[in-house]
Amino acid sequence: MSRPQPSRRDFLARTTAAGTGLVIGFHLPGGSGSRGRVGGHGAAAAAATREAALNAFLRIAPDDTVTVLIKHSEMGQGVSTSLPMAVAEELECDWRTVRFEHAPADPAYAHTLFGSQMTGGSTSTWESFDQLRTAGATARAMLVAAAAARWGVAAAECRAQDGVVACGERRARFGELAQEAAGLPVPAAVPLKDPKDWRLLGRATHRLDSPAKITGQAEFGMDVRRPGMLVALVARSPYFGGTLRRFRADRAKAVPGVVDVIRIPSGVAVLAQDFWAARLGRDALETEWDAGSVAGHSTAAQVEEYRKTAQTAGAVAAALGDVDAALAASAQRLEAVYAVPYLAHAAMEPLNCTAELRPGACEIWTGTQFQTHDQAAAAAIAGLQPQQVTVHTTFLGGGFGRRANPASDFVSEAVHLAKASGRPVKVIWTREDDTQGGYYRPLWVSRLRAGLDASGRPAAWAHTIVGQSILAGTPFAAMIQGGIDATSVEGAADSPYLKSIPDHRVDLHSPELPVPVLWWRSVGHSHTAFAVESFVDELAHAAGKDPVALRRELLPADARVRHALDGAAEAFGWGRPLPPGHAAGIAVHESFGSAVAQAAEVSLENGRIRVHRVACAIDCGPVVNPDGVEAQMQSGIVFGLAAALHGEITLREGKVEQSNFHDYPLLRMFEMPRVEVRIVASQQAMGGVGEPGTPPIAPAVANAVFALTGTRLRSLPLRLT
Amino acid sequence: MKLLVNGKEHEVTVPADMPLLWVLRDVLGLTGTKYGCGMAQCGACTVHLDGRALRSCVLPVSAAAGRRITTIEGLDPNGDHPVQRAWAELDVVQCGYCQPGQIMAAAALLSETARPSDADIDAALSANLCRCGTYQRIRAAVHRAAGMTGPGGRP
Repeated sequence: MSRPQPSRRDFLARTTAAGTGLVIGFHLPGGSGSRGRVGGHGAAAAAATREAALNAFLRIAPDDTVTVLIKHSEMGQGVSTSLPMAVAEELECDWRTVRFEHAPADPAYAHTLFGSQMTGGSTSTWESFDQLRTAGATARAMLVAAAAARWGVAAAECRAQDGVVACGERRARFGELAQEAAGLPVPAAVPLKDPKDWRLLGRATHRLDSPAKITGQAEFGMDVRRPGMLVALVARSPYFGGTLRRFRADRAKAVPGVVDVIRIPSGVAVLAQDFWAARLGRDALETEWDAGSVAGHSTAAQVEEYRKTAQTAGAVAAALGDVDAALAASAQRLEAVYAVPYLAHAAMEPLNCTAELRPGACEIWTGTQFQTHDQAAAAAIAGLQPQQVTVHTTFLGGGFGRRANPASDFVSEAVHLAKASGRPVKVIWTREDDTQGGYYRPLWVSRLRAGLDASGRPAAWAHTIVGQSILAGTPFAAMIQGGIDATSVEGAADSPYLKSIPDHRVDLHSPELPVPVLWWRSVGHSHTAFAVESFVDELAHAAGKDPVALRRELLPADARVRHALDGAAEAFGWGRPLPPGHAAGIAVHESFGSAVAQAAEVSLENGRIRVHRVACAIDCGPVVNPDGVEAQMQSGIVFGLAAALHGEITLREGKVEQSNFHDYPLLRMFEMPRVEVRIVASQQAMGGVGEPGTPPIAPAVANAVFALTGTRLRSLPLRLT
Repeated sequence: MKLLVNGKEHEVTVPADMPLLWVLRDVLGLTGTKYGCGMAQCGACTVHLDGRALRSCVLPVSAAAGRRITTIEGLDPNGDHPVQRAWAELDVVQCGYCQPGQIMAAAALLSETARPSDADIDAALSANLCRCGTYQRIRAAVHRAAGMTGPGGRP
């Protein structure tokens, strides 16, 4: 499948395991390669229910229940519905018989482009779309072949629909045929349905995970219980990279319920019968730390340092023409510097992992986005081979990138403690641990300069970005080429505006700091969209042009950003009068293969920014579940609004200043704008929807605040005083 | 100490100041009630005490003894409370971690205010955080649940 966005395509190309291509996982997990059985943790269940595994992605039970194994983690984005939809469309089963189960960690479930089993980059649905449809189509062909063999007729005379194979008057349910079908050869090539014949794909479909989640039955990592299990809380350094000088465990061990105190690489763990005893024990633990290189560090000084750095040229990420000459020759020149802070992911479920070791085996239960990495990390600590580690992926109480950590931090802690204690251990991070534990969205500064020609059209564009590389120091560091971490400049180096600005340059400084950083929903786009879309708005006002009109002037009419822009402007009623004291702002941004535009209506209430409504339009290509796309747009907007209005992690004297939701506020119900989502009809390639809703909202609101007050806010969170 | 949870009596031996949340989760194994912040900031731990919504993460278990405790597992024997039905019909959930708390808060609101306004919903549910941003659908689902009427307010 061709990708629409150059940087994304390049990024994917660089991360693709050589020759992976589109792999259909017809070898079954467990290593035997034989069909008719399943390995991993599904084996017992499958045997008990006499389910037949037709391939790595689906099993069929005698009662016709179809269990789809989802290789991507359900963290709210809806893959436990969209992925089974892709299978079911081709399988021709009855949708009401479809269930899902998280797949075990196994090469069969590797990401077709990234090469490891993981969930991220808003790729889940499109990267596996052909693979899962093929899995469904192939299984259907095998069921049909089984029926044809049973009846002694040609397969071409049989037809599968709604979970039944029929030939003339003869009928057989999938559940009756599954065992026979599983023993048949796998057909080499089965054609997929023409999209016009889709009966499920493209239709609003209820979530399969709803019933468990509304009754309290859904199992998150936090809910895992094992016989003999201890709960552990870890006292970690209050300084990133700090080292333990000494600790005293007497008082902690005296707390009733505390079983042990164990030192591990990340700190000192208190193991207890339950969370509360562990918490009291950790409170009683005495630790002293050496701060290390982060001593005295403050983010206030860091921003000032970054601003200075932004005055100098960095490694070139994109360049065309002679931007300096073009700037000098411009009729009008503008310059602005934007800044965004460190941000915590703040998923509602604090980080946790349960680990259990037996001779020659390790099991972990956790909500992870990074099965392959976590499996390898657990194996290394346990002294096992990766395939000896069983990964049970639970529901994730939010991920947003934090549960895709190359350092496998929370998983490693659990395995260390299970190994040291000889008991199953569940490590729980408190909210304070989660907020102060690092792996933040990096703090970024962007300096933008532009020159307008006599007609007010941008003719020169220079963008200097300063911020830490997410990939540096990780197993993905090899992807940094020419000093450019593509995730630092995505949305800036490949901005669609650059196509119509002949002389431009985007460059990057990647300072190294001891504050751990990580991908945070929409990654680099979370800062580049704010800088680029705010600055384009500044250019429009400087040229005396309407912000939508200038964008239309610069963006090609056939570009998906343009379709999204027009959709949002129309849905919003751009240009129509607003109530007194209200104003509008708009932004459009392409990310993860989709383009999203958002127009926001704001006012001030007691000096605070109030967002009343947001009109959002997305061009994501073919739509699997429109209801899910709408939900992800609402979700991305709320996530981005929390950052626009509230989010900020700061360091002072080397320590994180925030700790919990009272000082790291998220958006609340009373702040929720009315959101209208329009899905643009599109013939473009399928894009992602989990992240693209986040980038445009901060600049849309900032632009609306400027329209309302004449004050240009260039730092997040947006503050008028 | 005797606890009455979801209509069933339990005898527990725990410290008097242990928060109800951890007694429910770690002692009684009722894990539907969630830990999110430990300081009554997020509402993930919302349960009913004598029918009223309350944050179990800061309530000493001794304060709940002898009172009627209802958790998400006991809201409706079939998981079919009007709020749960509305949640399913409108596909409110995303990651789902906060939803037991949201549902318990919404159910308590509806038991006191049969036809809540948007302002009532803001007042009752702004104490419950949702990082996935399901607020718009929560609001719609509360209105829908309020419209499900029948004997005793049940559909």
